[in-house]
Amino acid sequence: MRPSYGSGASRLFRRLGFALAVLVIVSPAILFFVWMVSLSLKNELDNSAYPPVLIPSEWAWDNYAAVFEQNPFLLYTWNSVIVSGVSTLVALIVGVPAGYGLAKARAAGIGIVVLIARMTPGLSFLIPLFILFRAIGLAGTLWPLVVIHLVISVPIVVWVMLGFYEGLPGELEEAALIDGATLWQAFVKVALPLSRPGIVVSAILSFIFSWNNFVFGVVLAGRETRTLPVAVYNSLSYEQVSWGPLAASAILVTLPVLVLTLFVQREIVGGLAAWAVKGG
Amino acid sequence: MEASLPGTAAPPARTAAYGRRGRYLLFAAPALVVTVAVILFPWLFTLYMSLHDWPLVGERSFVGLENYWKLAGDSRFLEAAWHTLYFTALAVILPVIFGILAAVVFHREFPLRGFLSTVFMMPMMATPVAIALVWTMVFHPQLGVLNYLLSLVGLPPQLWVFAPGTVIPSLVLVEVWQWTPLVMLIVLGGLASLPTEPYEAAVIDGASAWQMFRHITWPLVLPFVMVAVVLRGIDALKAFDTIFVITQGGPGTASETINIYLYLQAFAFYNIGYASAVVVVFFVIIAVLSLVLLWARQRTQWTTAT
Repeated sequence: MRPSYGSGASRLFRRLGFALAVLVIVSPAILFFVWMVSLSLKNELDNSAYPPVLIPSEWAWDNYAAVFEQNPFLLYTWNSVIVSGVSTLVALIVGVPAGYGLAKARAAGIGIVVLIARMTPGLSFLIPLFILFRAIGLAGTLWPLVVIHLVISVPIVVWVMLGFYEGLPGELEEAALIDGATLWQAFVKVALPLSRPGIVVSAILSFIFSWNNFVFGVVLAGRETRTLPVAVYNSLSYEQVSWGPLAASAILVTLPVLVLTLFVQREIVGGLAAWAVKGG
Repeated sequence: MEASLPGTAAPPARTAAYGRRGRYLLFAAPALVVTVAVILFPWLFTLYMSLHDWPLVGERSFVGLENYWKLAGDSRFLEAAWHTLYFTALAVILPVIFGILAAVVFHREFPLRGFLSTVFMMPMMATPVAIALVWTMVFHPQLGVLNYLLSLVGLPPQLWVFAPGTVIPSLVLVEVWQWTPLVMLIVLGGLASLPTEPYEAAVIDGASAWQMFRHITWPLVLPFVMVAVVLRGIDALKAFDTIFVITQGGPGTASETINIYLYLQAFAFYNIGYASAVVVVFFVIIAVLSLVLLWARQRTQWTTAT
């Protein structure tokens, strides 16, 4: 307990002030997402009413049905799952050993590499790869997207795993090495089974940031290979703009991410903090 | 560079350790190959393309540095550079101020703290295109909820992203809403790492809360704030998704940043060579500004170390 200062009344006053501060801080996020849900559940009449209405006069669930009718939304969802899933998987395969090796070798300067990767604008990978994929005839498949998403997923996995292994005591592997195991065996048999928490966090972060990516898809995806963010953007620009279905599609895209964030909030916060702080 | 190895280690053990170090670095080889393939190759190829007149279809020809000369006199590019700096300055300063305040609040224990901090972080995790879409509706001058909220407190309605004068501040509003949590997270990490001894000593010496903040908390947290400034600076310079979805650089070219201009040159006008030159210049701008910020960060670390 904190020591209490002053009388009971002033303490109550301070508490109220603090509660107000918390309210001010979180309300922009809460109001925005509540409004987003409200937009997605109102019919056109409610959405164009002035003053705006928060609670729908009738619940327009067909906004969600309209999303699936107007677009091959399931196909786009599948594209997103494949692109983010495969690039995260590849990133884990190459990134987990890399994080381990770099932690054990106490490689200096790796932070600079990660920083440079962060500094490089996404479009600078896109122009040459766009030319390359056109030249070798892979344009129009999901492969270009999987490959370019490695730009997002590999640094996240390497970086989070590097931080994880730096915090893992090395005695067990040392014991295995004394018993005659090779470095690789010590990693696979001893360190890897202990790495589940780090792997989960890095996989989730990598998946989320890959899922959220827009610019790669908007350039490289064809009609059949759109990822979800691109599909949502296209429905904004090309179709009769009606807000209900548009808001519904926005919710469908971002819902998996928000649910994932809520479920593993503690781990994500830790991983993000490491990723953000050490990224500098 | 290796400061962690004490100089007193026995020579044979050291060489063995170095051999092992090399083998550990081999673990990173596949990741290195992937990185080189996906990052370094595009870089070299971009440099090569920037020296050419390179339309998507048709003849390409070597033009030397001509694209760069053209860029120096391209008023639309210079305007975009100005927009980028204006946007970045606001999109760094405001989230850093609000992020520090939020971190101070979230540093205290209170009921529902974990849940509320997750809610606070939602904007930064949510899919940018999705939130940009909803912000577009929120900004709508007639039907948007933002003008209604203004009318509630007696302020006149605004045109937000639909007027050249207010479009960049409006886009910054989205950026602040989205990225203040990242600053909060970084500064919160700094606050959590504060030692308790100086405060105990200060309380014994009769220091006021403000004095403790000014002379203990602030110097210790400043390096973390600077990390936030560096990351925010890099990300704001590169901002693309929300600007592209909400305004596409408009109205006119009022919110066209370098990144948007770059996209248009490459994938709307298909001036591949010219766009490559824009990429190179853009990266140099980002690198120079990052170095300045990193230098500033280094300085704060030195002053706090003494």
